[in-house]
Amino acid sequence: MTLMKSLMGAAATLALSAGAALAEPALIFDLGGKFDKSFNEAAFGGAQRWAEETGGTFREIELQSEAQREQALRRFAEAGANPIVTMGFGMADPLSSVAPDYPDTKFVVIDVTWLDAPNIRQVGFAEHEGSYLVGMMAAMASKSDTVGFVGGMDVPLIRHFGCGYAQGVKAVNPDATVIANMTGTTPSAWNDPVKGSELTKAQISQGADVVYAAAGGTGVGVLQTAADEGILSIGVDSNQNHLHPGKVLTSMMKRVDVAVYEAMTAGESIEAGVFSMGLAEEGVGYALDDNNAALVSDEMKAAVDEARQKIIDGEIEVVSYYADNSCPALKF
Amino acid sequence: MDFLTLIQILDSSVRLATPLLLACLAGLYSERAGIFDIGLEGKMLMAAFFSAAIAASTGNVWLGLLAGIVSSLVLAALHGVASITFRGNQLISGVAINFLAAGLTVLIAQDWFKQGGRTPSLLSGGRFEGLEWPFAIGSQDAEAAGVPVSQLMKDANPVQQVYSELISGHSILVYLAFLAVPATWWLLYRTRFGLRLRAVGENPAAVDTAGVSVVGLRFAAVAICGLLCGIAGAYLATALQAGFVKDMTAGRGFIALAALIFAKWRPWQAMGACLLFGLLQAVALRFQNIELGPIVVPVQVMDALPYILTVVILAGFVGKAIPPRAGGEPYVKER
Repeated sequence: MTLMKSLMGAAATLALSAGAALAEPALIFDLGGKFDKSFNEAAFGGAQRWAEETGGTFREIELQSEAQREQALRRFAEAGANPIVTMGFGMADPLSSVAPDYPDTKFVVIDVTWLDAPNIRQVGFAEHEGSYLVGMMAAMASKSDTVGFVGGMDVPLIRHFGCGYAQGVKAVNPDATVIANMTGTTPSAWNDPVKGSELTKAQISQGADVVYAAAGGTGVGVLQTAADEGILSIGVDSNQNHLHPGKVLTSMMKRVDVAVYEAMTAGESIEAGVFSMGLAEEGVGYALDDNNAALVSDEMKAAVDEARQKIIDGEIEVVSYYADNSCPALKF
Repeated sequence: MDFLTLIQILDSSVRLATPLLLACLAGLYSERAGIFDIGLEGKMLMAAFFSAAIAASTGNVWLGLLAGIVSSLVLAALHGVASITFRGNQLISGVAINFLAAGLTVLIAQDWFKQGGRTPSLLSGGRFEGLEWPFAIGSQDAEAAGVPVSQLMKDANPVQQVYSELISGHSILVYLAFLAVPATWWLLYRTRFGLRLRAVGENPAAVDTAGVSVVGLRFAAVAICGLLCGIAGAYLATALQAGFVKDMTAGRGFIALAALIFAKWRPWQAMGACLLFGLLQAVALRFQNIELGPIVVPVQVMDALPYILTVVILAGFVGKAIPPRAGGEPYVKER
């Protein structure tokens, strides 16, 4: 019995020290899934870049349900992973209850900026500023003066996207119509391309000829339908121009990959606090490459680059949906 | 709301109702023969994956359809062996099939294509394109006139609008699904096979006494169910969409079951129920929040309506839904 005890004690010590020595970073993907060609895939890209450059390894998990959030956090923290990078606003509540239990572990969360804990690095993106720019491009590319917006799950974050977009559209053409639809109110709205398709068709029949999808995996259906029906679409988060070359006007880039890469590079010594990545920090922007070069005219590019500079200088103020949970340019 | 908007909503309902209708008819055959099948969702998902995977690798959508049907038939055979031959619990077997399909599709997709549980996007040859009927307004007319199709459609007369928007332009599987309704009615109510199939769901002992194989009939019904689910899955992945994504059936198999109960296990009514549920979805997609005077109906109410209606029917407010009497019970020959 005593022998057994000491053996198990030794094994436990070994396991603990092994965990402490390793201290790999960990990455927790949100419900959209690792390969959503969008938000989570960008994070994976950043982590992958870190792994290739440093030769390090990271642990990862794709969440399947809401209930797994806290469980995944605790398991990684117990296993000694540090820092633990998490994706999405859904992690806010689990993090606020888990983080205080592991004061020596650093947590990173993307899209959350309102938590109060000394060991969480919170990275928020100025999506409204990036969306404003692509909104301007949409209005300039539209011939029917009607543009569409397809959101994923109806949450403030997605309204934030839509609101910036609508302001950009109205800045170019105050008379333009913006049709905004949300896919659903449950996490399955991130992964329902069939519904995304139908929403796009409905918007096309209402006259829209440019559609902006901020809907994770659902956006794949939106972009597909737009390409099938011969209208332009705008991708989100990652550069999605290559999905349908010549049919995707641009993509609103949200450099989640940079945020994740930086977090993993900094490792355990990462600085906690609230960080904002906007146009000035190149955290958001629009994508221009060979696939959409023919669609973006010089005039369009000049106007957007000028607006970008003005937003950075503070001459143009893009109203954030978060400011008072309403949007001056769009009614949801 | 103008006439064209109404037509567009009906057009959208037809597209959304088609997978429901195919799955609902699939369930109808199976349940009329006394085999409950809650694995419709899983069979559709499996068929969606294999049709997209084969269509993507061969570039031929018909081979894809075939592969989808075969994969769905394999799951149907599994359900048949478990619940007919080994007399297992039909509900448990169905649940198992749903889980199996949800996991297996993503696993195989990741192994074959390495794109995170999805198939590559299908190019034009790998998809069912919409069939444009003669004299319907289409993209060629639009190119000739130099204006978008939506503009041409707006200027057309109502008859042409109905013809071009609602009747023409669907993929061949849509027409097939709607033809399957009279075919099912005829098979069930006008043929000897149909009579026996219905009888085996009500009183298998009587069928057995007449010297007809209960096991054979039930396997036939389960196979037809697999075939129809296979077409439904292929429609989702190769006609409505251009490829498979994880869990793309999104509960449509369960809505089809609800429609089946709503229709009280009858083919024409099944079509009505599926079109109604399709219409509810289409309206919810077109008008997110509906304002009826002072009241605003939120979109969630529309999404939940199919289930609410089914519960109302089950509770016996609108007639009574009585399932086939021998449904869910494995047949044991008396010794």
